[in-house]
Amino acid sequence: MPLKTVPSTGKPHPWRIRKTAIRGQVRRNIALYVIISPAVLYFVIWHYLPMYGVQIAFKDFMPALGINGSPWVGFEHFERFFNAYYFWNILRNTLGISVYGLLIGIPAPIILALMFNELRSKGFRTIAQTISYAPHFISVVVAVGILFFFISPNQGVIHSLMTWFGGTGRDFLADPGSFWHLFVWSGLWQSIGWSSLLYTAAMSGIPPDQYEAAYMDGANKFQRIWHVTLPGILPTIVILSILSIGGIMNVGFEKVLLMQSDLNLQTSEVISTYMYKSGILNAQYSFSAAVGLFNNIINFILLISFNAIAKRAGQTSLW
Amino acid sequence: MNLRIQRTAGEKVFDAVNFTLVLFLTFLIFYPLVFVLFASVSDPRQIYVHPLLFWPQGFHLESYAKIFENQDIWRSYGNTLLYTVTGTLINVTMTVLGAYPLSRRRFFGKNVFTFLFTFTMFFSGGLIPGYLVNQSLGIVNTMWALILPGAISAYNLIIMRTFFQTQVPVELEESAYVDGCSDYRLLYKIVLPLSTPILAVMLLFYGVGHWNSYFDAMIYLSDRELYPLQLILREILIQNDFQQMTAIAIDDGYADRMMVQEGIKYAVVVVSSLPLLVLYPLLSKFFEKGILVGAIKG
Repeated sequence: MPLKTVPSTGKPHPWRIRKTAIRGQVRRNIALYVIISPAVLYFVIWHYLPMYGVQIAFKDFMPALGINGSPWVGFEHFERFFNAYYFWNILRNTLGISVYGLLIGIPAPIILALMFNELRSKGFRTIAQTISYAPHFISVVVAVGILFFFISPNQGVIHSLMTWFGGTGRDFLADPGSFWHLFVWSGLWQSIGWSSLLYTAAMSGIPPDQYEAAYMDGANKFQRIWHVTLPGILPTIVILSILSIGGIMNVGFEKVLLMQSDLNLQTSEVISTYMYKSGILNAQYSFSAAVGLFNNIINFILLISFNAIAKRAGQTSLW
Repeated sequence: MNLRIQRTAGEKVFDAVNFTLVLFLTFLIFYPLVFVLFASVSDPRQIYVHPLLFWPQGFHLESYAKIFENQDIWRSYGNTLLYTVTGTLINVTMTVLGAYPLSRRRFFGKNVFTFLFTFTMFFSGGLIPGYLVNQSLGIVNTMWALILPGAISAYNLIIMRTFFQTQVPVELEESAYVDGCSDYRLLYKIVLPLSTPILAVMLLFYGVGHWNSYFDAMIYLSDRELYPLQLILREILIQNDFQQMTAIAIDDGYADRMMVQEGIKYAVVVVSSLPLLVLYPLLSKFFEKGILVGAIKG
C-alpha cells in the first residue's frame, strides 16, 4: 500500500505515534498479560477449539483422517436429522418441557421472593429463605433418587398414600403423560429458593424512601408492591428471563437422562439426550455434532432476538 | 420496611396469611429432605406401613452399617473428595487470574478479552467437538477430564471481575501503583485479602459443582476404580443395581431384600449429601453479597 508522503514537520507520522503508543501500552501492562494468559489458553483449548471442531457437522468425520482430513458432505447430516420420523416428536418434547418449565420457573421464584419480602419478622425470613434453597445443593442424581422415593410404585410415599386412602397406585414413571409434570415440578422444588434469592437481593436494593413516598401518596400494600417493588426488580427479571430463554433448547438433560426409561421415551426424549445417545453411545460423531449445532444455533438466535426485544422495549438488556 | 408505615386491618390479615403460606411452602420444600433423613434411620419395614414420616420409626443403623462395609462407596467417596479439592483449587486460581486483569481500568485490550470470555457463555461447539478435543489431548479416562474442561466458568469470572472492580477502592490501587507496586503484588497483597467474601462464594459454587456432577464422569471415565460417588449413587438410586451389597442379604426373602435395599438407598443419600448440607448454612451469609455483586450488570 503506497503511503502518502507527509511533509516533514519534525513530528513523527501519526501512524507511528499510534504504533509506539500501543507498544508502550503493551509494555506497561506486560504483567497483566502474563496473569491472564492461563485463562486465555483455557478458553482457546476448551471453548474455541471445539467451535473450530464443530465443522465436522458438515463433514463425514473419520477419526483416522482427523478433523481437517475428513471429506465435506454439506448439509447431509442435518437433512437426515430433519427428515427422521422422530424429529418432530423430539422437537415437541424439547420445546414443550422448556416452555412449561419457563412458565412455571420464571414467575414462581418472583412470587416467593415477594412473599419473603413482605414478612415482618427478619429472623423467620432468614430461616425460611435458608431452608428454601437447601435443595439447590443436592445433586441431580440424589434429587431424582428422592423423587423416585416418592413416586415409586412399590414403596413410594405417594403410592402408599394413594392405596392408604383406598385408591389404586400409579406407576408415574411408566406413564408418558406424567413425565413433563414430574420433570418441571421436581425442578421447581430444587430451584425456587435459590432463584428467589436473586430477586430478594434486588429488592433489598430498592431505597426505602420510595416506599415511604408511595405510602404518603396513599398507596396501599398491593399498590406499593405493584408500583415500587416490581419496577425495582424489573431489570433482574428481564436479565434472568433472557438467559433462560437463551437456554430453551437445553432442557436439563442430565436430569432427563436419569428419569428416562423405555416406557416414557415417547415424551421424555429431547434433542440433547438424543445427541448424547447418537454421539457418545453410538459414535456417530458427525451426525451428533450436527444435532448439537442445530440446538446451539436455535438457542443463540433466541438469545439475540429476546435481548434485542428487551432493548427495544426500553428495558435492560445483556449488552 | 420503615416503621412509620401504618398497617390497615386488611394489611394485617394479608401479613398473617402471607406468614402462614411461607410457613407451609418452607415445610413443603424441606419435607423431602427430612423424610429421607428419618427414613434412613427407620426400620425399613415400617416405612411401608407409615408412608408419611414425621419422626423416625424405630432407630436402626443397619443401613449405614451396610454402606460402610461397601468398598465401592468408600473408594468413590475418596475419589470425589480428591476431584473436588483439586478441581476447586484449580477453578478458583484460574478464575482469579482471568478476572483480575479485566478489573484493571488501564488494561489495554480489556474489551477483546472480555468478549473472548463471555461469548462462550452464549455459544459453544457442543458435546461432541468437546469430547474430541479431550480425546486428542489424551485426558479421557483420567481425573483431568473432569477438571480441566470446566476449569473456568465465564459467568463466575464476570462476577469476580465485577467484585474486584466495585469492592476494591480505586484510591488504594492508585497509591499502590504510585509506590511502584507491581501487578502481581497488588493482586496478592491488596486485591485478594479484600475479596474473601467472593472467594468463599466461588469455593462453594465450584466445590458443589464438582461434588454433585455425574455426567462428565459418565462419559469420560470407563475405569470403575476412578468413579466418583455420584456414579455409584446413580447405580444404586436410579438403576437399582446393588452389586455386592445384595449378596449380603441373598438368603432373605425377596420382600425382605427389597426393604433392605430401600433402607440402603435412604442412607446413601444422607451420607452423600450431608457434607454440603452442613456446610451451606455456614457459608450462606456470603451468598447475598456474592449474588448481589453478580446481579450488577457487567
